[in-house]
Formats: sequence, structure tokens, C-alpha cells
Amino acid sequence: MGFQMLVPFSPWNWVLLLVALKCSEASSDLNEATNSTAQHEANVRFAAASSEVNEKISVFALDYDYVQIPYEVTLWILLASLAKIGFHLYHRLPGLMPESCLLIIVGALVGAIIFGTDHKSPPVMDSSIYFLYLLPPIVLEGGYFMPTRPFFENIGSILWWAGLGALINAFGIGLSLYLICQIKAFGLSDVNLLQNLLFGSLISAVDPVAVLAVFEEARVNEPLYMMIFGEALLNDGISVVLYNILIAFTKMHKFEDIEPVDILAGCARFIIVGVGGVFFGVIFGFISAFITRFTQNISAIEPLIVFMFSYLSYLAAETLYLSGILAITACAVTMKKYVEENVSQTSYTTIKYFMKMLSSVSETLIFIFMGVSTIGKNHEWNWAFICFTLVFCQIWRAISVFALFYVSNQFRTFPFSIKDQCIIFYSGVRGAGSFSLAFLLPLSLFPRKKMFVTATLVVIYFTVFIQGITIGPLVRYLDVKKTNKKESINEELHIRLMDHLKAGIEDVCGQWSHYQVRDKFKKFDHRYLRKILIRKNRPKSSIVSLYKKLEMKQAIEMVETGILSSTAFSVPHQAQRIHRTKRLSLEDVECMRNILTHNMYQVRQRTLSYNKYNLKPQTSEKQAKEILIRRQNTLRESMRKGHSLPWGKPAGTKNIRYLSFPYGHPQPARRDPRVADFTGNDSSDSELPSIMFKAHPRTGTLQQRQLTQEIIPMKSLPRGRKPCHFGYPRNTNQEEHVGAGRREALRPKPLFHAVDEEFESGEESEEEASASGSRWSAEHRPSRQHHRSHSPLLQRK
Amino acid sequence: MGAAHSASEEVRELVGKTGFSSDQIEQLHRRFKQLSGDQPTIRKENFNNVPDLELNPIRSKIIRAFFDNRNLRKGSSGLADEINFEDFLTIMSYFRPIDTTMDEEQVQLCRKEKLRFLFHMYDSDSDGRITLEEYRNVVEELLSGNPHIEKESARSIADGAMMEAASVCVGQMEPDQVYEGITFDDFLKIWQGIDIETKMHVRFLNMETIALCH
Repeated sequence: MGFQMLVPFSPWNWVLLLVALKCSEASSDLNEATNSTAQHEANVRFAAASSEVNEKISVFALDYDYVQIPYEVTLWILLASLAKIGFHLYHRLPGLMPESCLLIIVGALVGAIIFGTDHKSPPVMDSSIYFLYLLPPIVLEGGYFMPTRPFFENIGSILWWAGLGALINAFGIGLSLYLICQIKAFGLSDVNLLQNLLFGSLISAVDPVAVLAVFEEARVNEPLYMMIFGEALLNDGISVVLYNILIAFTKMHKFEDIEPVDILAGCARFIIVGVGGVFFGVIFGFISAFITRFTQNISAIEPLIVFMFSYLSYLAAETLYLSGILAITACAVTMKKYVEENVSQTSYTTIKYFMKMLSSVSETLIFIFMGVSTIGKNHEWNWAFICFTLVFCQIWRAISVFALFYVSNQFRTFPFSIKDQCIIFYSGVRGAGSFSLAFLLPLSLFPRKKMFVTATLVVIYFTVFIQGITIGPLVRYLDVKKTNKKESINEELHIRLMDHLKAGIEDVCGQWSHYQVRDKFKKFDHRYLRKILIRKNRPKSSIVSLYKKLEMKQAIEMVETGILSSTAFSVPHQAQRIHRTKRLSLEDVECMRNILTHNMYQVRQRTLSYNKYNLKPQTSEKQAKEILIRRQNTLRESMRKGHSLPWGKPAGTKNIRYLSFPYGHPQPARRDPRVADFTGNDSSDSELPSIMFKAHPRTGTLQQRQLTQEIIPMKSLPRGRKPCHFGYPRNTNQEEHVGAGRREALRPKPLFHAVDEEFESGEESEEEASASGSRWSAEHRPSRQHHRSHSPLLQRK
Repeated sequence: MGAAHSASEEVRELVGKTGFSSDQIEQLHRRFKQLSGDQPTIRKENFNNVPDLELNPIRSKIIRAFFDNRNLRKGSSGLADEINFEDFLTIMSYFRPIDTTMDEEQVQLCRKEKLRFLFHMYDSDSDGRITLEEYRNVVEELLSGNPHIEKESARSIADGAMMEAASVCVGQMEPDQVYEGITFDDFLKIWQGIDIETKMHVRFLNMETIALCH
């Protein structure tokens, strides 16, 4: 309460912070002894504020210790958030460097402040806090947002690469450093083999998630993206397992005691820990999916169930010394498919955002700790060790990449090119994981811990800044094969057809392949798992569930606006008419377009591309906006027919208003956010169907003619081929489209679409939504040009 | 002796024609024999012996594709009654993975062939166009595995897809213009951005013929 009067003075705030940090001990261990000194000092500083505490009743008093820990933690998190805001305000910055760079800088800043005030003990992180509180959210978020189909398609390569890569790196670096340590000249001879191996294992823990954002922005091809993603996901788990095993070895006091039996036991343990963890995760995933089946009436606890069960899987696995990280990852992956179908829309959103938030907070805190550690006195700089560490990290990563991929390319139908392999090599960016493991080395077993910490920090800084910043340009320079997915109903249909075709041909060949494995799993899933785990037997096809929801929505909307619609219900009749004539007349086409454009909402947006730091904006807001806009437009339409609504504007003017915008803009505006802001905020918008606002079919062809007439003037406007509009605010895209009276439906497909086509989950995919038939209008040509100008962009090889 | 000699001659011929390796041809031949019951030709009924195919929603289209004269390069329409081993291999060769050593032109040719195969699957009446009705047929078949979907939904989806295809292919339509169906060129346009080469392949590497035929 006493500090409230100080808040307006920002320097005072910093002083307060410094004082607090100066006096604080470990955040988990409150040291009572210092509290009194803190209080005393605080009182001394703010003498003006407080009077003699013991003698009089103080009008203004300071009780900092009470709020100290939460206050500091909150301040740090806020500081990081402010930094992130600033980071994204400047458009070009996210394209230049990964967000981890920013977090490290913030951490270093806080560390500098703490150091600059010459405090005694900075806030520390200890083992239990890290492993119990900070790590699980990060891993959970990684597992939950993983795009499953590409992952499982490449799972052989991913496991081979992540598992063996981690092992090769760990042992390679460890052994090389041990050899270096043997050289007397460097003064490192007291570092024995085990310590070196341990260091190797923790330094090989890469955290390439930072580069994923860069990849996404550069739109690299999917298998490459998945390799990096898979590596990020599994690497943590493997490093921690290895780390723990080696710590156990280290604790066996004498190096000579370790026999080959122990080593074999270590290997066996490694496998058991890994597999056991996954097993636990899957079990918990199924349990939580099952429970969400019954939560329709209390949807508020659905997020709770999801989080608690994930966390429980982690803890349960840790209890048995199994890998909690792999458990929580497996739990997230298993749970996601079924939970997403069972929970309500708002719960789903809550889960997504909360997960991102938790992981964001955890990571921020870890980076703060890292920054604090950086700027301090507890370093030991040993040139040889550090330089060789850097060198060996790169060398061994190169060796493992090229060797392992050489082998796995033999088994892949589409091998990774050398360029891809170079990119994978270069994306070996270390992160918070390595730092945490280094920081938590027990000092008793590692007398030279400081040197290890210093070396780790150097490697992290080097890789994050230098590699992180240059990998974007490198990807562009090497011209890595890009992904070129589009989004459309046609594509979805064709791909499904192809899947079935492939499976059929393989059946005919009598060949057992992974398509059949996928098929078998899908059948098993449909027959048993879904019945048990999914709430109601909803239609499984994403196309159809979307269609049904939209029909209902349309009916409601039309009733609300007072215009009865028979569109949805007249589909069969239309269809029959078309069937008889065997041709698509204009009216039929208009009707069909109508059906689709009125119906193609985006109901639920699944994870499109993985971005660690951001989520796509909420769809239902946009939907609400769409509905609102539509309603306004339909009202306007009805008004134009002669109803007297004084406040309405004729739709014609609204159409014309947008004629002045260059045609190119919606496309590049959508592309541009993708370019400028790879935290992924945009991709979602680009999937959203611009709502098509259309005159009601009942009111007829007359109106359509009218609208077409109004739009005809657009034809004569010069159409820019290239998008000339950058930084166009995204939100207005929709209104424009809508306002212009036609739907601009083309959008670049989100990069790594988590459509589980193979599993036929109830994901409502945007592809259907994008089937806008709105191209019939005069705007069509520009949109087709967008399409054309878009495809070349997509097809850049 | 002579028979073996001429057999390997045949194999070499087939290697040249279809591009499979001789190992793969041996394997496929074994499989062919299994399917046909040691007859020299296969008929449609023989495909009933493949049990997993029963569950495939587009089963009829797949089987039909084997007998389609256009795929067999024997004509421009109609179905053959039976196919021999060479025809079998011809169909299978559509699914060979694209060799990375091929140059751009060959890759394009390959791609076009594969797309043509797909096009024939859609275009059941061989008139060179995928009409709305045929498209609907495809969608209904695709969704036929799902009991919850009604026919109207499937139809609407097909309609939507057709419209989208029309807009991609034809662009702006005059008020009195009619879109008759997707021609092969339009089909190519739709697929322009999609990497069919990487998707439409079956691995013929390790083929253990599982005795699933009765």
C-alpha cells in the first residue's frame, strides 16, 4: 500500500524494483533473515514516506516483502510482453530475427539492471521449479499444436533423425571435448569423461522452434518443416532423459565403478523411459478424451480437464522416473483429436489461448533467468573450452545431419536434397532448454559448473543471434523448395480421392505399406475409439458438418432479418432441374453460388501452421462480424427494393465506394501480413472466407442483374497485376469484400494445415469454406488474376 | 530353357515399355497370377478377391480404371473385358514415383499422364468433360462411407466444387455463357499448383505378396 504513491513516478518504480531485487533471495526460498534488512533498507530509502516504524503509527508504510515475489515475477512478464508488443509494432522486425532474440535481450536487460544495482543474490531458478512448473507448459503447447498428419507421414524419418541425432551429437561433443580436456595446456584436466558427456548431452538440446517461424514465413516445403518441428518436439525429451541417466552415473562416485553392465542398463533405461513415457501419455489422453464426452452441461471445466490431465500425465510419468516430457507430448497429441470434437467452441478457444499463454510465460521466465545469469559475476571464461564447444557443436551437427539423412534418404520416396540438409544443419539453434539443464547442474558433482554455464550461454547467444538472424536470408538464398498448397474444395476432393486410390492400388498389389497402416488405424478409430470417446456421433466428414452448421445458421439469420429463405431447402429441386438439363444455366449457377456463399462460414479453425508465440485470431468474432455485415447488407437490399428505412444507404454507393481500390490489394494484403508478421496472426485471416454478401435469390435475378450492372463499371478500371498495396490493414479486407458485394474467396492456403484427412476427423477445414463461387461477378477477372499472380508466387521453386 | 529365355526377353521388353525394374515386374507378375487364378487375363470379377478393396469407397471406380480403354491406351472410350499382364503393368506404371533424375520436360509429361489417369476416373462417360453429374457421382462415392451424410449434402458440395472449378478455369462468365464441364485442360489448370508428383505414387520397393486372395 505504501508504494502506491510512488507508482506515478516511473524512476521510483525502477528504484523500487532494484531495491526489491537487491534484497531478494531465491524466489522459492524466502529467506527471513534478509527480509528485515530489506524492510530496514527500504525504510531507510523511503524515509520520507515512512516514519519510525516502531514508535508511531506510520501514515505511509512500505511492505514490500509481502508482495515481493509475485510482484517481481509479474513485472518481468509484463516487461517481456511490452517488449513483444514493441517488437511486433515495427513490421519488419519479426522478419529479421526470431522472437527468441527479443526475449534474450529482455532477459539480459533485466539482468543488467539487477547487476547494475550491485545486488547480492539474483533470483534463482532451482530444479524443482524448472521441471515441475516451467517446462510442462512449453512441451504441452508444442505437442498440442503439432500438425498430426504431416508428422505421422514422416514419422520414420523424424524418429530416426531426432533420436539418433541427439545421441550422436551428445556423445560426439562429449567425447571430443574430453579429448580437448586431456590437453594439459588448457587447464581443463579435472573435467572427466562423464562430465563432458553430460555437457555434451545438454548442449545438444536444440530448440529450433525459433526458426520455425522463419521457415513458415519463407514457406519451406512441408517435410522439411516437419523434420525441424519433430526434432524440436522430441529433442527436449531425449536430452532430459540422457541428462538424467548421466547424472545418475555421475553420482556413482567413482568412475571406475561403472561397468559395461551399467552402460547396458543405461541404454535399456533410455528405451524404457522413452516408451513408458509415451505409453503413459496415451493412456491419460484417452482418459481425458473420455471424460470430455460427458461435460456438455458444465463446459466451464473442460479446459480444466484438459490441462489437469496433461499435467497429471507428466507428473505420473515423472513419479516412475519415466520421461514426463514424452508423456505430456503423447497426451496432447492423443487428446487433441477427440477433445476438439467434444468440447464447446469457447472451451476450445480457451484451451488454445491458455496454452499459448502458459508456455509464453514459462519461456519468458526462463529467458529472464538466463539474462540474469548472463550478467553477473559467476562466470568462468575459458577460451579453449568455449571455442571448442562452439566448433564441435557445429561439426557434430553437420556430421549427424549428413550421415543420418544419407541413410534415411535411401528409404524415402522423396529424399531430402542437400539444400534441405544444409538448412536443417543450420537450424540447430539452442535455447532455453540447454540453459536450464546447465544451470541445474549440481555444484557438488560439478566443481567447474560455472564454466559449463558460461559455455552454454555463449553457444546459445551465438546460435540464436547469428544463426537465427541469418537463416531467413539463407533459406531464400538457397531457394529451398517451397510448399505450394492451395485451398479449395476441389483440392480436398481430389486429395481424398487420391488417398483412396492409392490405398486401392496397394490392395490390388497386395502390398503392405504405411497407407494401409493408416487405413487400418482409421478403421479402428472409427469403429471403436470414436464411439467411446466422442460425445455424439457427429458426422465425421468435415465437409458435411460444416455444411450442416451453416444451413442452420443461415436459417436463423434469415429468420432474424425477416426474409425467409428457401435456398437451403430448395437445393434438391435445383439439383434435379440441373440434372435434367445437364447444363449449368446461369440461374442455376447463381443459385448454387448462393447456397455455397451463404453457407460457407468457417466454423472452427484448426491449427494451421505452427507458431510458438501466437494464435490465429478468434474465428467467432469474425463470424459475428460476418453475420452482422451480411445482415446489414441484406437489410440494405431489402431497403433498396422500396422499404422505407431512413438510415439505409443504397447498396450501390457501397459498391462504388470500393471501386477505387486497386484490385491487387486483397491478395497482397493477405500475403503481406504473412510476410511481415510471421507470428502467424494473419494466416487465419487469409483463410477466412470473405463473406459473400449476396442478394437473395428469391428477390431475384432482378437484383442480381442490378448488382451486376453496378459492378460493370469496375471492369473498366485499370487492373493492377501486381499487388501494389502493402501493409493494408487486414481487418478491412472483409468489409471491403463484403461491401463490394462480392466475395473474394481466394486465399493462400495455410501452410501446414492440420487437417487430418487420413483420420477423417471432424475438423472443419477451411477448404470447404473457401469454395466461394463468388467469382462469377465482374470482379472475377481480377480475382482470377490474383489467383494467377498468386500461383506463380506459390510455385517458386 | 527356351521358355525361360523368352520369358526374360519379355521381361526386358516390359522393362523398356513400362519402366519398372525386372524385380518389380517379377513381383507384379506373381501378384497378377494370384489375382487371376493362373489365367492369362483378369476380369472384373477377379477383383472381388481382394478383400480390403471392399471397404474402399471408390472401389468401383478403381476397378473400372483398370479396364478403361483410355488408360490402357487402346482407344478413346469403352471398357475392355479383360486385361493381360502387360495391361496390368501399364496401369500400374501410372503410379510409379517420379524419378528424380528426369529432366523437367519428362517430369511434366509424367505429371500429365498421372493427371490424365485421374481425369479418366472422373470422366466416366468418356466424353472428355467432367460434367456436373459425374462430379456429383464422385463426391457421393467419396462420402458414401459415412452413413450420416445425405445425398443432398453431397450434391451441394459437388455443385460448389464445380463452380469453383469453373471460376478457376473459365474466369468471368458472360451472362449467357454456360459452363459445360471440366475439360482436361481445365483439369490441368486446377492442379497447377498442387504437387501431384509427390502424392500419386505407390512404393513398389518392398512388395511382399500377402496371400489375401481366396
